[in-house]
Amino acid sequence: MQPIVTKELTKKFGTFIATNAITFEVKEGEIFGFLGANGAGKTTAMRMLCGLLRPSSGEAKVAGFDVYKQADRIKQNIGYMSQRFSLYEDLKVKENIRFYGGIYGLSNNTIKEKTKQLLQKLQMEAEADQLVSALPLGWKQKLAFSVAILHDPSIVFLDEPTGGVDPVTRRQFWDLIYEAAGRGVTVFVTTHYMDEAEYCDRISIMVDGRIQALDTPRQLKAQFQAESMDDVFLKLARGK
Amino acid sequence: MKTPIVVQDVHKSFGKVKALHDISFTVNEGELFGLIGPDGAGKSTLFRILTTLLLADKGQATVNGLDVVKDYKAIRKIVGYMPGRFSLYQDLTVQENLDFFATIFNTTVAANYELIEEIYVQIAPFKDRPAGKLSGGMKQKLALCCALVHKPVVLFLDEPTTGVDPVSRKEFWEMLQRLRKKGIAILVSTPYMDEAMLCDRVALIQNGSLLEIDTPQHIIAQNNKPMWAVRAKRMYPLIQDLRSFPETESCYAFGEYLHLTLKHGEADLDKLHAYLQPKGHEEFSMHPIQAGIEDCFMELMKSEKV
Amino acid sequence: MRQFFVFARKEFYHIFRDKRTLLILFGMPIVQIVLFGFAITNEIKNAEIAVLDQSRDYYSNRLVQQLQAGSYFKIDQELQSHQAIEAAFKEGRIKMVVVIPPKFGESFFHLHKAQVQLLADAGDPNTATTLINYARAIIGNYQQELNGPQSMPLTINTTVRMQYNPALKSVFLFVPGVMTLILLLVSAMMTSITIAREKELGTMEILLVSPLPPAMIVTGKVVPYIVLSFINALVILGMGIWLFGMPIKGSIVLLLLECALFVLTSLGLGILISTVTDKQQTAMMASMMGLLMPTVLLSGFIFPVESMPLPLRLLSNIMPAKWFIIILKDIMLKGSGLREVWPQSLVLCGMTLLFVTISIRKFKIRLS
Repeated sequence: MQPIVTKELTKKFGTFIATNAITFEVKEGEIFGFLGANGAGKTTAMRMLCGLLRPSSGEAKVAGFDVYKQADRIKQNIGYMSQRFSLYEDLKVKENIRFYGGIYGLSNNTIKEKTKQLLQKLQMEAEADQLVSALPLGWKQKLAFSVAILHDPSIVFLDEPTGGVDPVTRRQFWDLIYEAAGRGVTVFVTTHYMDEAEYCDRISIMVDGRIQALDTPRQLKAQFQAESMDDVFLKLARGK
Repeated sequence: MKTPIVVQDVHKSFGKVKALHDISFTVNEGELFGLIGPDGAGKSTLFRILTTLLLADKGQATVNGLDVVKDYKAIRKIVGYMPGRFSLYQDLTVQENLDFFATIFNTTVAANYELIEEIYVQIAPFKDRPAGKLSGGMKQKLALCCALVHKPVVLFLDEPTTGVDPVSRKEFWEMLQRLRKKGIAILVSTPYMDEAMLCDRVALIQNGSLLEIDTPQHIIAQNNKPMWAVRAKRMYPLIQDLRSFPETESCYAFGEYLHLTLKHGEADLDKLHAYLQPKGHEEFSMHPIQAGIEDCFMELMKSEKV
Repeated sequence: MRQFFVFARKEFYHIFRDKRTLLILFGMPIVQIVLFGFAITNEIKNAEIAVLDQSRDYYSNRLVQQLQAGSYFKIDQELQSHQAIEAAFKEGRIKMVVVIPPKFGESFFHLHKAQVQLLADAGDPNTATTLINYARAIIGNYQQELNGPQSMPLTINTTVRMQYNPALKSVFLFVPGVMTLILLLVSAMMTSITIAREKELGTMEILLVSPLPPAMIVTGKVVPYIVLSFINALVILGMGIWLFGMPIKGSIVLLLLECALFVLTSLGLGILISTVTDKQQTAMMASMMGLLMPTVLLSGFIFPVESMPLPLRLLSNIMPAKWFIIILKDIMLKGSGLREVWPQSLVLCGMTLLFVTISIRKFKIRLS
């Protein structure tokens, strides 16, 4: 079973077609890059897949559940992290982990166990009792990602997770993504950094609500005779 | 002609947090000067000090020869400023925003039309649309228009391209290049390292301190450590293997390659090959490359921490 | 001047494009005044009462008839014994019981005094008091009627007094109160929010960096609200006059001038709040909790200032609303002129000046 399958998925707002009949599949354990210019329809598509927005037409299954009828089941099986909202700034690191663990119904013992592992992995044991607001941005983002996969979801959606993060931390963040993918978690990620697009197993590029290209970074570069993903992106977006 | 921006030993703290520590640099006439660093490095604080919105704890700064503390009124007449967050009235149309900002700077859109023409024609088709309904790239162009409408001598752009897609970013930078040719000094900040190459000179900033001030070409040339681009079919195991190789100095993902530096440079190459041989990476390839600006920044960040 | 004009026009755009602001600006006053004017009055209509008439003579009968003659009382039960009183109250429908002791007529004419006992359900003290007052008025009237032929030839006066609707008194009190409240709210809350919004949006940064003097930024933002608040005042006044029959016995020009003065005072307060808040939400909370609550409680709008303990009475003096309510009532109900209300007006002028001075002192030309 593929973690994400969509067929002709469409969302209209009035006469405006935000997402226009997109069809794609994401494989298990794959890092799938979802690119596109601002306003190309990425966020709308992502919201439909997370069960937050009802599609106008078309089909989509996430983790085997239908986006129309089983939005609740989808939410239990995915993790979500966005650049804007990630953690409660006025709660301590430990409290944030506890809270999210609690939301997903993990037992107290599991939460305790997971908190320990997580802090160890991020080397943040010393900061466990600090307020999140006191952490540098990069740490927050790493922590937010770890929290998003705390309940072992089979798919995690990341909406521009590394915006504004320094280059070193950005790479550490990707290490976490790689590691999660290595454990079989499917990663669905949007980004504006074109070099990050290259870290993905496959990428789709949306232009005006449609998926205009979908392949591995290598193949895309070959197809568009481009030197880098940046060029691919420019050729696609400008060629309209 | 006075020097557009001079900053001398500027310090600024918020409580215990040192936002800026001993910052000094100069921006020359007609120069496109980049302030490159991640979020929270202190870029916005520096912009606010220079645009007279904040007072530094220590040190001096002048804009076009005017002191940022004493002559704040005079400075406010000659600078264009685009704050970090999108700062236009979302419920006013494009045209209304432009007219508004022109008027508060005591001018009209027509008076300096020649300066903004090129940008304006791109947003003109949307002039009756509320600014809040523009795409990210269009918003930035409008904001730039508004910051330029009174023909400022110095332009301050705080992260104008954050969250903007690569196409719009590229167009935005092309505009800046042309503005610079018109003699406007521009101080621009960005978290995107690749944009550093488009500046005349850059200052790399991290945790409130400047790591380096130079032309991007010079910064790259100074870094003479040999570096290799490495890839294999499966990248993650390759990263792990390379990081656990004892002679590895740094190994970071860069696009489709890993950038690798070794403690003893080329002398370690044979050892590395011997180490990787039994691991059996498929489609393995490795070639030497010239370090880019981002490599240099990461290198500088590391040495700063030590 | 052109800058100022453009600034004010921009502010009007903001207001008219935001449906929520518009609703608060013009919907709220109407809703509030209707609410206070109609729903929350002390007016009593067809209150159900019970009568225990132990006398059952001609005069007691006529008294009972008098009680139900108006539209105030409806006699629901005729009780037979004292024991039945409690049971009647417990049913909950009965708000008052009138007890007429035995030999009512006889005592009245021979002993020159008769007693009527009024028992009211004091669970709701306001209603109870009003009911008792109504009943007293009716009984007093009846007594005069009985005395009538001997002392006065005409009883018209009493009849007029009977028809005088005490409920209108509450409307007369509420209209000035609501007007004060709305003007304060619209002026103070809306200005503080709109200034905080510029800060939140980041546009304040650009405005500060522009050559606009800070005073221009503030006036530009505030003037549209002066205009709107004043229109609001007119709407409320109009509703008070035509819907509730409020009189304006004094000079209408003076009344409008005083309204303008109070609008300025409130705007001063709003600007003051905005100098210390950065977020729309904080501004809203500060105006709600810091302004609205004390105004409602301490201005004499709902609770009479005279019956407050001394510390609260002193505190009420710093409420601009208190002075404005006095001015309004004096001009509208008593027909006072400037000669009578100058002290209160002076207090408002002083307060306005104080708020504006502090605000200008505190308004930052920088961000911190």
